[in-house]
Amino acid sequence: MTTVVKRKPLNLWERLYLPAVWGGLKVTLRHFFRRKVTLQYPEEKWVVPEGYRGAPYLVRDQDGNTKCVSCQLCEFVCPPKAIRIVPPGPDGPPADRPNAEKMPLEFEIDMLRCIFCGFCQEVCPEEAIFLMKDYSLTGTSRQEMIYNKEKLLALGGVHAGIQKWKHKLEEARAQEDFPPPT
Amino acid sequence: MSAGSLSSNPAVTSAGSVAAPPETLRVRVNGKEVVVPRTMPDWQGRPAPTTMLQACEIAGVTVPHYCYHPKLPVAGNCRMCLVEYGTPALGPDRQPILNPDGTPRIVRSPRPAIACATPVSPGMEIYTDTPGVRAMRAGVLEFLLINHPLDCPICDQAGECKLQEYALDYGESRSRFVEAKVHKPKAVLLGPRIVFDAERCILCTRCIRFTRDIVGDDALGILNRGSYNTIATAPGRAFDNNYTLNTVDICPVGALTSRDFRFQMRVWFLKETKSICPSCGTGCNILIGSRQGRIYRYTPRPNDAVNSHWMCDYGRLNYKWIHRPDRLQKVLIQGQPSTWERAMLEMVQRLRQATPGTVAIVASARLSNEELWLLARLKQHFRALSDAVPREGEGDHLLLHPDRNPNSQGARLTGICYTEMGSVLPRILDQVQKGTVRTLLVFGEDMTRHGFEPDLLQKLDTLIVSDVLPNATTALAHYLLPGSAPAEKSGSFTNVQGRVQRFHAAIAPPGDARPEWEMLAELVEKVTGQRLPSHLPGLFDAMAAAVPAYRGLTWAGLGDLGVSVPV
Repeated sequence: MTTVVKRKPLNLWERLYLPAVWGGLKVTLRHFFRRKVTLQYPEEKWVVPEGYRGAPYLVRDQDGNTKCVSCQLCEFVCPPKAIRIVPPGPDGPPADRPNAEKMPLEFEIDMLRCIFCGFCQEVCPEEAIFLMKDYSLTGTSRQEMIYNKEKLLALGGVHAGIQKWKHKLEEARAQEDFPPPT
Repeated sequence: MSAGSLSSNPAVTSAGSVAAPPETLRVRVNGKEVVVPRTMPDWQGRPAPTTMLQACEIAGVTVPHYCYHPKLPVAGNCRMCLVEYGTPALGPDRQPILNPDGTPRIVRSPRPAIACATPVSPGMEIYTDTPGVRAMRAGVLEFLLINHPLDCPICDQAGECKLQEYALDYGESRSRFVEAKVHKPKAVLLGPRIVFDAERCILCTRCIRFTRDIVGDDALGILNRGSYNTIATAPGRAFDNNYTLNTVDICPVGALTSRDFRFQMRVWFLKETKSICPSCGTGCNILIGSRQGRIYRYTPRPNDAVNSHWMCDYGRLNYKWIHRPDRLQKVLIQGQPSTWERAMLEMVQRLRQATPGTVAIVASARLSNEELWLLARLKQHFRALSDAVPREGEGDHLLLHPDRNPNSQGARLTGICYTEMGSVLPRILDQVQKGTVRTLLVFGEDMTRHGFEPDLLQKLDTLIVSDVLPNATTALAHYLLPGSAPAEKSGSFTNVQGRVQRFHAAIAPPGDARPEWEMLAELVEKVTGQRLPSHLPGLFDAMAAAVPAYRGLTWAGLGDLGVSVPV
């Protein structure tokens, strides 16, 4: 059923038309003399605030080692299934840190699927993936928007962390032979 | 062995010899009364007094445990199953003392007991959720985690690790341990298929007991003392028998991992499909772990009637051929790529023109019951000669059967071959040589390896071949039909003892390949003109109605564990 809402008839002031135009112009003029809020975007860049969730990239530790150990928790937690990891398998190349035993053979993030939610960073037990400040990712093909391990590591840079694997190794080396001589 | 079995034997004999004892007894688990049998099968299936752990299981109460395994002798060393309990107080007349309200007075034991090795007694009360039990579990976990490396991100067991699960369920959320952990050898190859990480080991000795008591290969033991305890093989000996990978399954933590599965895929991604191992006639029940159309591992699925909880390494690792890049994926007519529709049309035309007696069928005993039955229908229609090809290997004392065909009994029961498999093959060869047989259907076998020379096969009017991998026969086929691996289709096998067991498709066949039962049902229907169900459960039921040996069986009735038929 349709209801016809009767339009309220305009009174004389409203029918004069010009006062409304003037009212609008007043708003325009007020903003004309205020501080500008727009950016000349491609030339002028926005200052990204702290805590902003941009594109996720992989990081290296301060010794240049790949921190990711290919545990695939991020792949599991990723809501849009943007992450794909190829684990090294039994005969894969050795990890950068020998006692970390493994690192991904391939690590891909489909930036077209990524929703920048930050679950991967939150779930990562190795502090190996972080949401950086990049928000404007462009490419000329879908394939180009799938970032591989090499690209993600190059974009991610270095994240100085606690280096638990290094400490484990040092702790193990500091102990006597196994089993200790009696 | 344990106090459990020592104290149990007199109980059994006295109970057995004195008078007809009650078969069941009543106990209370956390206040809930349950009736439990007086004896239950032990790891070897012999009756042993029911333990508190089994009583709790019957009551539906979980008792966490590491070293206890229903199919291994009880060791009682992990202390994770500690529970508190009480027994009815007895007066001088050996009668229960009653409370004022008429209930028996329960005397709580001053000490906890391990539920896995303590037999229940009538009227016993078991408490699994008291503050004391919770504190003991947390304490045991704290001790187990003292030297545990906590390297879950690189541990293959993560996701199916009892230490993870129990630490979450019963443990403390943070560690109080500030000293340096004892570091032990990591990633040691114990044998060709087993990688051992001593730091993760909680010394439950399941692997030692398995290989000593189940396999009879006393290969593993514990070395060193105290915190330096570690599992090891005897000096100069590798842990290498046909059952080593079962230790990976029973290891509650990531100490023993499979070298084959190592770092391949995290277990939480794996879709587990109930299936049957197709590598020999035993027909071990398995779970196929697959993800996104790729198979990563086989693990045994408990079935006391067939394989208990185990499977052999040979069968477990025999899956890689499924992903071989040279799998047959295209329908070929005279070697030229074609379509199923066209091939089916031409085959039906040719087969309709074939006169009875000019057709022979060679079926593989690796096909399912339903597929063999469909071929047997064709055999009947053409009064054709048919046979399967025996495939023999070396068997062993536990599970591996010398008959390497998973479905030899199926081939016999459906009438594809006689009891002596392969006895008709010489006659088929003879008739092909004489030119009496003009049409040969080969499903899953390479005829050139059984005396059929390539020249001979080329002389046939029609050679219809279905297979999974290319061979000399598929190269000569007039009609080449790409088939499916057992992991890619559903069906049933009949094992050497006559147990009919179902398997389900875990992944899709590659390319244009189809399950053989699909193409056969279509072919048989079009050739014979008789309607057939177009789905597997229906086909099975139709087969069960037609084959005397399977009479009364239904697809649904097979269940997950199968049904035995007389063979």
